[in-house]
Amino acid sequence: MATFHFDLGDLPPETESLRTEVREFLQEELGDFGPVRRAGSWGGFDRAFSKKVGARGWIGMTWPKQYGGHERSALERYVVLEEMLAAGAPVSAHWIADRQSGPLLLRFGTEEQRQRFLSRITRGELTFAIGMSEPDSGSDLASIRTRAERVDGGYRVNGTKVWTSNAHRSDYMIALFRTATDPANRHAGLTQFLVDLRSPGLTIRPIVDLTGEHHFNMVMLEDVFVPADMLVGSEGSGWMQVSAELAFERSGPERYLSSIALLLELIREVAPEPSERAAVAIGRLVAHLVTLRQMSISVAGMLHAGQNPNLEAAVVKDLGTTFEQEISEVVHGLLGLEPSVDHGTELQQVLGSVMERAPSFSLRGGTREILRGIIARGLGLR
Amino acid sequence: MTHGTDELQSILGDVVTRLFTDLVTVELRTAAESGAWPSALWQAVEEAGLTLPLVPERSGGAGGTWRDAHVVVTAAGRHAVPIPLAETILASWLLAEADLPVPQGPLTIAPVRRDDALRLTPHDGGWQVSGIAGRVPWGASAQHVVVVSSVDGRVMVALVAAGQARVETDRNLALEPRETLTFDRASVIAAGPAPERVPASAPMYYGAMLRSAQMAGALAWMLAQSVRYVTERRQFGKAIGAFQAIQHSLALLAGHTAAADLAAANAFRAADRGDPSFEIAVAKARVGEAAGLAASIAHQVHGAIGFTYEHELQFYTRRLWSWRAEFGAESHWSEALGRGIASLGAHALWPYVTAR
Repeated sequence: MATFHFDLGDLPPETESLRTEVREFLQEELGDFGPVRRAGSWGGFDRAFSKKVGARGWIGMTWPKQYGGHERSALERYVVLEEMLAAGAPVSAHWIADRQSGPLLLRFGTEEQRQRFLSRITRGELTFAIGMSEPDSGSDLASIRTRAERVDGGYRVNGTKVWTSNAHRSDYMIALFRTATDPANRHAGLTQFLVDLRSPGLTIRPIVDLTGEHHFNMVMLEDVFVPADMLVGSEGSGWMQVSAELAFERSGPERYLSSIALLLELIREVAPEPSERAAVAIGRLVAHLVTLRQMSISVAGMLHAGQNPNLEAAVVKDLGTTFEQEISEVVHGLLGLEPSVDHGTELQQVLGSVMERAPSFSLRGGTREILRGIIARGLGLR
Repeated sequence: MTHGTDELQSILGDVVTRLFTDLVTVELRTAAESGAWPSALWQAVEEAGLTLPLVPERSGGAGGTWRDAHVVVTAAGRHAVPIPLAETILASWLLAEADLPVPQGPLTIAPVRRDDALRLTPHDGGWQVSGIAGRVPWGASAQHVVVVSSVDGRVMVALVAAGQARVETDRNLALEPRETLTFDRASVIAAGPAPERVPASAPMYYGAMLRSAQMAGALAWMLAQSVRYVTERRQFGKAIGAFQAIQHSLALLAGHTAAADLAAANAFRAADRGDPSFEIAVAKARVGEAAGLAASIAHQVHGAIGFTYEHELQFYTRRLWSWRAEFGAESHWSEALGRGIASLGAHALWPYVTAR
């Protein structure tokens, strides 16, 4: 059975000065952000902010210096990340590239691709989107149909990507296309490409989510030419590469901190002398928060040690998103306040914001069902 | 269930696992439930040097750490070991902290409930103890009781012979002894002031920590057993573990088991580093919640056979239902956490959590 376990991790003492630096930076940059804005969590998009983060050396922290990185440890990166998320900083302009596109290029990209993209990412100048899902391919990613056919000098791509966050304000999309069809092996014949989002034939159409906001897009590709030097890794290895990438996507503190703004507002509302009921509810959430953080640090430690904590990352995301979703239910149960969009108290607005976004927590980056399938496989049941 | 790369803990883990695997049988647990004291088991555990991990070597202990105790107590939970091992570890630590002699044999601690208090009074150059302590674990089988009490604002630890108390026997859901001890000016063998790091509430706090590790150990067993069962049990022509409904239940059980283990381990590490009161509250609240969920999932996947006395599962689930309520249930520790955080204010939550 299960080969998964969590070692108790520790953030080295030298990370404390870094933490202080990040807090001071955030205090200066977000000082006037109210709780409602912070509740947007890592959905916030602000290129100017990302450039400032890059200038501080906090993007691509672990990457080699020759590519603009800073050769710092995964645990130092963890500290920067959790501070940004706990403060509700608008990280999404650099976040995807820092978390997965950059590491993907470092691992599988050509030298030319690394030279061309990585240092610009570390400066906060390049924004990436991820093109995986398609209208008929959600959790069943291997069923994608967007095709890349070989043509002179590159590939011609036809198909549609969907739920592509921030495509409308990103520079590039790392997308998974089908380059060959093998009826006997669905996972073969998939290939990753870097796609310039300004390519001719590429159309981006907004999808407004239930909060009324525009993060998602549909990206339609009609005879889009992708030069051969924009293929990432090797042709046909897309499935393996994407699986490696998803471990990065599932392992971070963003998988339990998305609703922290609401927990803080709840405490603010009932402090300093909460009712017994409120104290019990808050204490329970704090116990979960502290334990999830320990689990997340443990995963960061495994990444730091060069291990592949795929299974542990799935566990943290499953428990973490459940916790994130519970917070709005706890607040509702305790206070019975009407959630709101833009009227009422700040607590009501933060509640409204978190409540509306909560369903997405256990969908994005692998649904709860997919994660539990991964864990069950780890237990030897599949 | 070792944490970190400490080789000694890994060796210790192997030793306790081998010992419990050999000696803690279904027959032994069943006999213990009808009141038999498992003397051979106790003797083996004592001879292996597992009962006094925190007592200095010069006083006959192992001179180890709370992390060592964590290994032993988690294994005791994983094997549903029916002896007061956790209680003896705690009692002997209290004695060592107060520079008192540590006797051989099983020990227990009192009081173990928030509202119980025992009074120590000076008598004839020594001390006497009076009062009633309810639900004392193994109150009749332990040879000595270690009492913690405040005297004029000073925390004192006292060693009392078990025969000094009037005993009313009782049991918990798992049929582990939980006695009411009544002391009426009973004589104290030795008493001394506790150092500052041992508050009057130490039995509650450290008892909660030890129960957290026992529960985490029990959860680990239940997860392994549940996985084993669903891969063996066949219905509709296949192993029931092939059904997605079962797979997802066990994935959830695995998550809560991992969380429980880490929460408990974190408390023991904090105990080695300084004041662990926050981490203990987190552990008992988090592990207790996991315990309820785990018992429910494990029984559900085991079906009717898991509901029989004959099947081992009940030794674990009945313990979990008792242990999560002992030394403060989730609501008690959550309330303490919630009040603590609320008194600091919302702005202090994140800095506090990251500074621990």
